[in-house]
Amino acid sequence: MSFPWAEQYKPKHPLMRWFDDRLPLPRLVYGAVGGGYPVPRNLNYMWNFGVLAGLALTLQIVTGIVLAMHYNSNADTAFNSVEHIMRDVNQGWFLRYAHSNGASFFFIVTYLHIFRGIFYGSYKAPREMVWMLGLVIFLLMMATAFMGYVLPWGQMSFWGAKVITGLFGAIPLVGESVQHWLLGGFAPDQPTLTRFFSLHYLLPFVIAGVIILHIWALHIPGSNNPTGVDVKSPQDTVPFHPYYTAKDGFGAGVAMIFLAIMIFFLPNLLGHPVNYVPANPLSTPSHIVPEWYFWPFYAILRAFTSDFILPAKLWGVLAMFSSILLLFFLPWLDKSPVRSGSYRPMFRIFFWIWIVDVLVLGICGGKPAEEPWVMISEVATAYYFAFFLIILPILSMVERTKPLPNSISESVLHGEAAEAAPADLTGATPAQA
Amino acid sequence: MVRFLGFLVGLGFVAAVAWSLLWGVVAYVGNPPEQTAEARLHEEPRSISYSFSGPFGRYDLQQLQRGFQVFKEVCSACHSLTHVAFRDLRQIGYSEAEVRAIADQWQIQVPSINPDTGEAATRKAIPADHFPSPYANEIAGRAANNNALPPDLSLMAKAREGGPAYIESLLTGFRNPPAGYQVPPNLHYNPYFANLNIAMPPPLVSDGQVTYGPGNPAPTRAQMANDVAAFLMWAAEPNLQRRHEYGIPVLIFLIFATILAYLAYQNIWHGPTSRRVRPTGVLDPENMAKNAHAKQDAGVAG
Repeated sequence: MSFPWAEQYKPKHPLMRWFDDRLPLPRLVYGAVGGGYPVPRNLNYMWNFGVLAGLALTLQIVTGIVLAMHYNSNADTAFNSVEHIMRDVNQGWFLRYAHSNGASFFFIVTYLHIFRGIFYGSYKAPREMVWMLGLVIFLLMMATAFMGYVLPWGQMSFWGAKVITGLFGAIPLVGESVQHWLLGGFAPDQPTLTRFFSLHYLLPFVIAGVIILHIWALHIPGSNNPTGVDVKSPQDTVPFHPYYTAKDGFGAGVAMIFLAIMIFFLPNLLGHPVNYVPANPLSTPSHIVPEWYFWPFYAILRAFTSDFILPAKLWGVLAMFSSILLLFFLPWLDKSPVRSGSYRPMFRIFFWIWIVDVLVLGICGGKPAEEPWVMISEVATAYYFAFFLIILPILSMVERTKPLPNSISESVLHGEAAEAAPADLTGATPAQA
Repeated sequence: MVRFLGFLVGLGFVAAVAWSLLWGVVAYVGNPPEQTAEARLHEEPRSISYSFSGPFGRYDLQQLQRGFQVFKEVCSACHSLTHVAFRDLRQIGYSEAEVRAIADQWQIQVPSINPDTGEAATRKAIPADHFPSPYANEIAGRAANNNALPPDLSLMAKAREGGPAYIESLLTGFRNPPAGYQVPPNLHYNPYFANLNIAMPPPLVSDGQVTYGPGNPAPTRAQMANDVAAFLMWAAEPNLQRRHEYGIPVLIFLIFATILAYLAYQNIWHGPTSRRVRPTGVLDPENMAKNAHAKQDAGVAG
């Protein structure tokens, strides 16, 4: 694991030596997030978001466990129990707002983490497994967040559950059976609420388990870096602790400031007012939308409005699931040997268009299914698929990349001739991928 | 192979969505969507500033008590407030004795059981009770109101876009419909209501409908609407003020801790004992200047 120059754990205190001989847990931690993990020295702030996602998960688990002590997963009393938490439980309002805004915080940092991975080519060999495990975490997060939003049993909880499980109804032949199996009935009701609560409590621990695999897989090749060039010598790295623990501490502070502003001053900004109305199966809200972090996918779902060989609804469902599942194939779709977008002038342009595209999809997904939003989301959906499935494979064949630095240390140390060698300015031989 | 299949799948999705777009554009051009009367006449809530607006906002207890009086004498005839208990009124400045008196004298009694016979009965409210609903059940509520159920008000200030400003705009927004607009029977024109036609008749009909105690502003309709909107915000979010009061010191602490964390970070990376490291990437100005220079020397464009 890791590089040959990684420091070994040397317990100083006799008690720690005694402990380490019997259970090398301190050694594991030291090697994973301590001084024993050499990390490229040139990571920028975009590398803070992995740790922040771990922090968000911890926050969600801690607040969630306490909320579960006061929550009641009964369709008749669930809504009232949430209001009981807000009014009568000591600091219950803080727990609930921290949990609901914590979910948004989790998705924001995870999206930035994914965008960073795409821009800097962190999905490319030899990190494909890290990338795919990350996508598994992302899918689990989406399932967990969706089920969590159902628990307060407000109007949007109920109708969101109905619409999202209804997507499975579009699957030919077995769709309806699958939908009934998920709901435990023909419509969202008591069986739905209890199973969603059970799974909402379970899945975060599954996520924690997959995160361990994600970090394990990461530690085999080590972290990527903004140049995308492989680590070549001890000069290229610094130990994770104290260098990146210190940097992550600062990043965590900044993130907590933003989260605190949301919790204490704008706690309902990202929520939907209609979810403060108790669930009513007889009254459909005029405008059903999921939480903001699903809006881009919701826009893709609704972009298919005309039958084209297959029914439009099936296209929408296929496209929505494909929009995430295709990311599993990204390492093989983009074969450019250069990882970092900084050295790929054409990729960079298409990447930033894609970022704008995802934001546009997000805006469209939050709007009612009316013109012009549907037409805009159709154009944006076309670009989303074209970017991954058509543009990236072609780009990796035709793009002329910029010269890469010979090493990480060369890219960060200036005027130090002893370490810096002349760059390969022809661009003909990119660094080893 | 992956790329070839991906290419085909990509073309499939692009073709399907382009097909949808084509028909969407044809429909849009051939038959542009007309603005409905709702969209044309609907008005967004007025922008109103309350004592509790903004990060330092606090409830004005005097105003909340006036708002409670409006709720008690006007709204509570039809609307419930189920998530709020009489004991909660302590938070808006009533004493324990006053709360007990308010509960004891509340118009509607609390459903109960006759302790001797076990039959359904009612009893006077006590501070521990939540506000009793004016109707025994939904059917009774609908029967008394032309089949329109008066909604519970405990969360109304959070359950509508615009919150208290929406409530205040709505309460003062009743007016005659524009010429040519037909209001269905038993409904009332109000441009702030989602579909313009609200079942609730104008509740605040005249200035002085509620008599405020001495030292309070005159109970004009605008004042009563403002007060009851503030009261309903308190009913929906009783911990708002505490939330603001906690938030400021938490933020001060976090900013201080973050500054310390930044200094620690800088000290570790650039302190006298640290390795010579610059934590920068390719966008670092020094790097970019160096790269540009090297390229110029080598005669490489771009």
